[in-house]
Amino acid sequence: MPVTTIAGRDIHVDDEGFLTVYDEWDDDLAKQLAANIGIDLTDAHWKAIRFLREDYRAQGETPTIRRVSTVGGIPTKDLFTLFPNKPGKKMAYVAGLPKPHGCV
Amino acid sequence: MRRLVVLGAGTAGTMVVNKLRHRLSREDWQISVVDSSDRHFYQPGYLFLPFGRYTPDQVVRPVRRYIPDGVDLVQGEVECVDPDAGEVRLTDGHRMPYDYLVIATGVEPRPDQTPGMLDPALWRRSIFDFYTYDGAVALADALPAFDGGRLVVHIVDMPIKCPVAPLEFTFLADAWLRERGLRHRVELVYATPLPGAFTKPIASARLGSMLADRDIVVEPDFLVERLDGPNLVSYDDRKIGFDLLVTVPLNMGAEYVARSGLGNELNLVPVDRSTLLSKAYPNIFALGDANDIPASKAGSVAHFSVEVFADNFVEHVRGQPMTGRFDGHANCFVESGGGKALLIDFNYDTEPLPGDYPLPGLGPFRLLEETRTNHLGKLAFRWMYWNLLLPGRPIPLPAHMSMTGKHTPHPK
Repeated sequence: MPVTTIAGRDIHVDDEGFLTVYDEWDDDLAKQLAANIGIDLTDAHWKAIRFLREDYRAQGETPTIRRVSTVGGIPTKDLFTLFPNKPGKKMAYVAGLPKPHGCV
Repeated sequence: MRRLVVLGAGTAGTMVVNKLRHRLSREDWQISVVDSSDRHFYQPGYLFLPFGRYTPDQVVRPVRRYIPDGVDLVQGEVECVDPDAGEVRLTDGHRMPYDYLVIATGVEPRPDQTPGMLDPALWRRSIFDFYTYDGAVALADALPAFDGGRLVVHIVDMPIKCPVAPLEFTFLADAWLRERGLRHRVELVYATPLPGAFTKPIASARLGSMLADRDIVVEPDFLVERLDGPNLVSYDDRKIGFDLLVTVPLNMGAEYVARSGLGNELNLVPVDRSTLLSKAYPNIFALGDANDIPASKAGSVAHFSVEVFADNFVEHVRGQPMTGRFDGHANCFVESGGGKALLIDFNYDTEPLPGDYPLPGLGPFRLLEETRTNHLGKLAFRWMYWNLLLPGRPIPLPAHMSMTGKHTPHPK
């Protein structure tokens, strides 16, 4: 498992840069991860990220876009605005969660 | 007398009652199965209906024929499950108390979940689905009149039953149009919410190049928000116009699952992925498409998981730990047109790989490669389904995936 340095700390990531250790994430790291993909975090971003973090802790799976929308209450349209092009992947990346796995 | 109630007499539910009737004594166990339909459909056959390769009568049989003696078949619609009372209520007021419950009512296509899809001017006129019997039959009637324009094959969102079927439909449509000398008049587009043809990298590359070879345009990461007349509109404002749309609507579990508080946002029942036991109730299992395991919603997954479940269930009701562990095994023929098909074999941890799939008598089949033998295997499967699989007879396909014959990728 590769280790990289983000925000001055050693962080475990997978081949695509997704964090692999839930507890290595914090708000400062999220800002850096967001910056890596050209996103400046606003309150609206944080609302999505907080939902992802909590839902993952409860369910053990990275939530899908549909779940963030229906359970997290953030319209899909907004997610595409906040995390352009690939919101499912980008949200998970910034929230320090595993890449959402498409069920084949 | 202990009572087992199975909801759904589809692929998984029918196999469950056949496997468990042998394993549970008739003196001690009453087994009932509930279904709203008196017809059992061979769903893999829907793919061939639009092209006239199967006739409707080849994919339909009476449900009752596959339910064994000693199992009560109840025709009815489930109103709700009361998991605390241990009771199923049907819409006609009938109550069915249970000690153990198996939810096997699968998923169904929900075109009503995408605004504009059921536009009466377009639905089943230029918008079709082939994941229902009625939809596949309607498309079979309409397809011969299509002689040019843009044909879009489309998936609303994952997960769906048989994730390879939209690709198969696209390959068969390409071949069908070529046979009729119409291919040059048709633009074929494959619009998918996935980043490519498939999720897993090796299969995605192989299937993606097969689409490119056939001049099929892939529109990846396309998550549809609505239809605006004969146009698909995505959340990021991309628009794809169509003359003929063959879509896979959102697949959702049954509404009673939601009413009973047993489902997630897609009405799928959260279960342990190794045992298929509900995460919320120790006497409820969800099998086949009805659960939320990260595997393909495919008949092969239903089959392999029921094999593991049947032995586990006997242990579980004796108060013993369940020793079988389902590995997410799926095994799917992928029809590619021109009388050929590929085979993919994979599980939770191993993506589809190239190589050989050994099978005494019939095989070996080539994995991730188009061959005539694979196509014949796919066709032979209909006979196996009706005669071996549903009745729960032994099939020489191991429930757990094997690495034998598979070529593993070079380590990075």
